Amino acid sequence: MPDLQRRREAAGIAWGHSQAHIGPVMDQSQALPEVAHQSVRFEDGLTLDCGRHLARLTVAYRSYGQRNADSSNAILICHALTGDQYVAETQPVTGKPGWWNAVVGPGKPVDTDRYFVICANVLGGCMGSTGPSSPHDERPYEPWGTEFPAVTIQDMVRAQKLLIDHLSITRLFAVIGGSMGGMQALTWAALYPEAVFAAVPVAAAAYHSAQNIAFHEIGRQAIAADPFFYGGRYWAEGVTPERGLAVARMTAHITYVSEAALTRKFGRRLQHATDLTLLGDRFEVESYLEHQGSSFVRRFDANSYLAITRAMDLFDLAADHGGALADAFRGTKTRFLLVSFSSDWLFPTAQSRAIARALNHVAANASFVEIMSDKGHDAFLLDEPDFHRTLSGFLAGCAEHARLS
Amino acid sequence: MNHSAPVQFVAKNMRVDLRLIAGMVAERSRVLDIGCGDGTLIDHLFRTKQCDARGLEIDMAEVTRAVTHGLPVMQGDADSDLANYPNAAFDYVILSRTLQAVERPREVLRQMLRISTYAIVSFPNFGHWTLRLQLLLRGRMPMTRTWHRMWFETPNIHPCTIQDFFDLCTQDGYHVEQWLAADEAGARAPWRRYPGLANLFGEQGLFLLRKA
Repeated sequence: MPDLQRRREAAGIAWGHSQAHIGPVMDQSQALPEVAHQSVRFEDGLTLDCGRHLARLTVAYRSYGQRNADSSNAILICHALTGDQYVAETQPVTGKPGWWNAVVGPGKPVDTDRYFVICANVLGGCMGSTGPSSPHDERPYEPWGTEFPAVTIQDMVRAQKLLIDHLSITRLFAVIGGSMGGMQALTWAALYPEAVFAAVPVAAAAYHSAQNIAFHEIGRQAIAADPFFYGGRYWAEGVTPERGLAVARMTAHITYVSEAALTRKFGRRLQHATDLTLLGDRFEVESYLEHQGSSFVRRFDANSYLAITRAMDLFDLAADHGGALADAFRGTKTRFLLVSFSSDWLFPTAQSRAIARALNHVAANASFVEIMSDKGHDAFLLDEPDFHRTLSGFLAGCAEHARLS
Repeated sequence: MNHSAPVQFVAKNMRVDLRLIAGMVAERSRVLDIGCGDGTLIDHLFRTKQCDARGLEIDMAEVTRAVTHGLPVMQGDADSDLANYPNAAFDYVILSRTLQAVERPREVLRQMLRISTYAIVSFPNFGHWTLRLQLLLRGRMPMTRTWHRMWFETPNIHPCTIQDFFDLCTQDGYHVEQWLAADEAGARAPWRRYPGLANLFGEQGLFLLRKA
C-alpha cells in the first residue's frame, strides 16, 4: 500500500484536503476480488449490433425459487447500470444484502415461493459475464480492456435470451427491471414478444436523453482523466483508476436522488464541526458522496463502467424502428406495467408516459402508474409500499390471465 | 385514500349503474372504460363476460388501486389520450358519468367512435325536474344528491340534459342503438319511450351509440 501511495504521488496526483477523506479508497487492493460466479459458457459466442463477433460468451446468473412443471413461472430480473445478478442474496464481493431484497424473495412482490426468478449479469459487466475484464478473443492472456467491442442494450438482451434458451424456458412469465433494467425489459418485449408474457419497465425510458448522456460523459471523463487509467490498460500496471471511477459514481449518485431526499437526509449539516472553520471541515452530504464513491470502486471495474454507460447512451428503441416507438410493439400480446416515480428527474414520468402512448398506439394491454415518492430515481430500489403493492397486484393479475397454477 | 384530494368527478353510484352498462356489452369483446375509477366495471366484465377490458383513469390514486388488484389500467385523460389509440381498437368504449366533466365532450365522443365500434355513455341529467324547479324557485344553481358541489368548485363543467344529448347525436351523426333513463340508484325508469318525460324524470341518461 505504501508503494501504491508512492506511485500516486509519482503520478502527480494532488489530493488537496480531500485526501484524508478519500483515504479508504486508496488503501484498497488494486484488482477486484476474484469471486467464482455461477455461469454458462456459450461456445458459439455472440454477434453484436456493432458487427463484431464475440468468440466466447459467458453469462453469469443466479436463480431463486423453483420452476413449475412446464417452466411457465419464470421471471427474469434485469439489473441496472451498476447492479448485478445477486438480486436477493448476499453480494459476494461487498458482503451486502441483495440489491432488490425489498422486491424479490419469499412473500415479496416477486415471490420466490411462487415464481422461478432468474437474474443475469449483463454483457459488458464485471461480475462473471463477458465484459472488458474477460480474456481478449485474440490475446487470451490479457483482458479486453477498452478494446472490448461496443455493446448495446439489445446485445445484453440477446445474451440473456441465450441463457433463457439454455434453461429450456420457452416463455418468460415476466421480465422486470428498473432504470437500465427497464430498458432491457422493453427490449425483451420488442425483440422477443412471444417469449414475454408480461413486461415491467420501472423508472425507465425508451431512449437515453441528452441530459443523461451528458451526466454519463462526466463520469467517463473523470475515469479517463485519472492518471491511473493508462488509456484503459490500468490492469497491465497493476492499478485501478479509483479516483476517476469514484468521481463518476459520485456524479451519477446525485442524479439518482432528489433534492428533497438529499435535504431530508443531510440538509446543510456539517460533519463533526459546528462551523466551516478549517479547510477540512465538510458538509455531511460531501462525506456521504465520497463514501458512495469509495465503496463503489471496490466492486466495479472502470472499463465495465465505460462499456455499460455507453450501451445506455446508445439506447433508442424508436430509432431502431424507423423513428416510431409504437412500431417496436406492433401486434404485441405482452401485458405491460409501466411505473415511474414522481420525483425521478433522471427517468422522469414523461418518459414512461411516452412509452404508454406508444403502447396505446398499438392498443397493447398496458398499465401505467406514477408512484408518489420524494426519493428520486433510486425509489425503485427502496421501500416504496405503493410500488410494491402495484407490482405484486399486477403480477397476480397476469398470473390469472396466464392460468399460472 | 386521501380524502383531502380534490374530487375529479361526481361520486359514482356504481353498482346498479354498472349492471346496466354491463348489460349492453357483448361477451368476449374488447372494452375500454374511460374514467374507470378503481376498475370495478372492467373486473366485472372480465369475470362475467370474459371481456378484454381495460381502463383509463385520471386520478393516480385510483389507478394504483386498480393495478394493485391486477387490472390493466392506465393513468390518462379522456380529453388528451384517446387520440393515441388506433382506429377500431375496441368493440366498446365506455364513458360512465364522466362526459360532463371533460373539457371537450364533443371531441371525446368523436374519438370514442373512432377507436371503437360502440360507445356507451352515461351522464347525470341536468334536465331533471328537481333541478329545473330549484333554479326556477330559488334562482340559484341547483344542489341535489347528484349535483352536490357548488358551482365554483364542481368538476362538472359541461352539464347537459337528455334532450341536449339526443340533439348532439343527431347533429354529429351518431345512431342511438339503445337508451334509457334511470334514477340515481340506477333503476330503470318507465318513461324510456318518451325522451321528453325521461328528460324530466330521469336522473341519469345511458346511451349506446354507434356511427350512423
